[in-house]
Amino acid sequence: MAEEVLSYNKKRKHTKGDRVFTICNTVYMVLFLLVTLYPVLNTLAISFNDATDSLRGGIYLWPREFTLYNYQTVLSQQNLVTGLWISVARTVLGTVLGLLVTALLAFMCSRPKYLLKKQMNLFWVITMYVGGGLIPVFLLFKGLQLTNSFWVYIIPGLTGAFNLLVIRSYMEGLPVSLEESAQLDGAGYMTIFARITLPLCTPVLATVALFIAVGHWNSWFDAMLYNRMSPQYTTLQYELMKLLSAVTTMNSSSGATIDSMKSSANAVTPTSVRSAASIITMVPIVCLYPFLQRYFVTGMTLGAVKE
Amino acid sequence: MAENAGVLTNKQLKKQQKKERRAAWRRAAKNQKILLILSVPFFVYGFIFCYLPLVGWIMGFEHYTARGGLFGSKFVGLDVFKKLFDDSAFWLTVRNTLAMSILNLVLGTFFAILFAILLNEVRCLPGKKVVQTVSYLPHFLSWVVACGIILDTLSGTGIINDLLVKMHVISSPINFFSHQTWFWWIEVLAMIWKETGWNAIIYLAAIVSIDPSLYEAVAIDGGGRWARIKYVTLPGIANTIIILLIMNIGNVLNAGFEVQYLLGNDVIRDYSQTIDIYVLKWGIGQNDFALGTAAGIFKSVVSIVLIVIANRIAKRYSDTRLF
Repeated sequence: MAEEVLSYNKKRKHTKGDRVFTICNTVYMVLFLLVTLYPVLNTLAISFNDATDSLRGGIYLWPREFTLYNYQTVLSQQNLVTGLWISVARTVLGTVLGLLVTALLAFMCSRPKYLLKKQMNLFWVITMYVGGGLIPVFLLFKGLQLTNSFWVYIIPGLTGAFNLLVIRSYMEGLPVSLEESAQLDGAGYMTIFARITLPLCTPVLATVALFIAVGHWNSWFDAMLYNRMSPQYTTLQYELMKLLSAVTTMNSSSGATIDSMKSSANAVTPTSVRSAASIITMVPIVCLYPFLQRYFVTGMTLGAVKE
Repeated sequence: MAENAGVLTNKQLKKQQKKERRAAWRRAAKNQKILLILSVPFFVYGFIFCYLPLVGWIMGFEHYTARGGLFGSKFVGLDVFKKLFDDSAFWLTVRNTLAMSILNLVLGTFFAILFAILLNEVRCLPGKKVVQTVSYLPHFLSWVVACGIILDTLSGTGIINDLLVKMHVISSPINFFSHQTWFWWIEVLAMIWKETGWNAIIYLAAIVSIDPSLYEAVAIDGGGRWARIKYVTLPGIANTIIILLIMNIGNVLNAGFEVQYLLGNDVIRDYSQTIDIYVLKWGIGQNDFALGTAAGIFKSVVSIVLIVIANRIAKRYSDTRLF
């Protein structure tokens, strides 16, 4: 039977409709790859190209006049370097603390005999659907004196309902007997959490860690909102965003700025500096995510279908 | 006498049961001491950061002044909402939010499904892996980086203008960001570019769980690749599609603000601003906390109503529901 189907499939491969399909599909996939990758590679090329030369256009996948000057400029600008360090610090600290706290919360919420299980789960699920909104939150943070400080990045985002649900549903899938046998051996809840549950949850923890880390690394809005007045605490993405708005205003007020920039030799333009800074911000993510890829597909499926 | 004794023992039994239950509870509480103690900071934390801001909704009903504070400012009923609903700029942001949301929902879903189905049909395994890995990449870039890339691509010297000029479609480069109505499409294209691969994950997962024998049946019946897609794959993921669409109805006022904020400019403001930008502009920019809060409340209330409706519909169509 199976052989019959196989031979049938082989025969079918040669029909005209299937061949057209295969060709169309391949073309679509190649186009998809091009559309997804080209803009990124183009940014890479521009970041390595001389700034004034880039203004002429026509840079595609390879720099025309190779230079490292754009990167030198980025790394010599104090605000960008400070931003880079703040971003690194918040990502590392935020991810480690956030992951630990959320895992602990998920552990509690997934204990079958826990007396406050229902209440606690409801308490957090509600927060997914109702929130105070931008202004009340802003005033709250101001009241708590979280504005103009580094901690505004860490403390409010320590845990949240979405990641809690993702980790919790994974923990609920672990065999109960493991915990029971540990309890018989005299282990308390914290021992079970640290020695049994956490190690078993590696896949889901990796997923959530990736989500949290990317969230921290990419966020710019909180820096703009809460730390606008404290340049020592702004993040790389926020500094990048300032470069971006410099380009946007330049676009709408057209040529004048470009001409003035052309005059000085070895100049940089907002575009070229931004390209270099963009590439710098992309590097950690591009390096990290292939390793975590096999995990986050599971996490995504877990998170999308809630019970 | 015997009856009496029976009643008595019944009562006693109940009392004893109650006692036992209480004892069991006490034992459990003692056993879970550490969990219960740890719950306290979690409840406090959640209360402060998730529930306390809700108290701020009071601002939407008063003439909020910084000096009066939340409880000292004058209560004015629905005046602030009247001011909000009389503001034509607000309704423009509502229109833009709805337009971009619905375009995102429809086209985003379409492209994600298309990509998932076609990727599933790719026979060359290494090629499939490469495409899939690359497809996630834009999702992990920040909107700041993505918007920079989009600005470059659409700029006067960008690839789009370059191609159009070289193919003699246009004679000189177009400034894509000076045409008001184009903005919606630019925003949607940006969203599709960034999220198609990521959104396809869920559909790919659904496709993988389809019974392979169904495909064999199609092959035996003489169906080709199109028949496979039409009669097996699409019906197989129909439920997932419907549920995700319904779930997203609740988000229709959450078109976000990042793309709009980063790509918009003064020329196309009437088409680029969303409710969130309105809140930001009035609340933080102009220090009109009451108006900003009122706009936020409007958004939340409509969203919650939509979520409840969507949940009802979802319940009717399948076992999957939001809450």
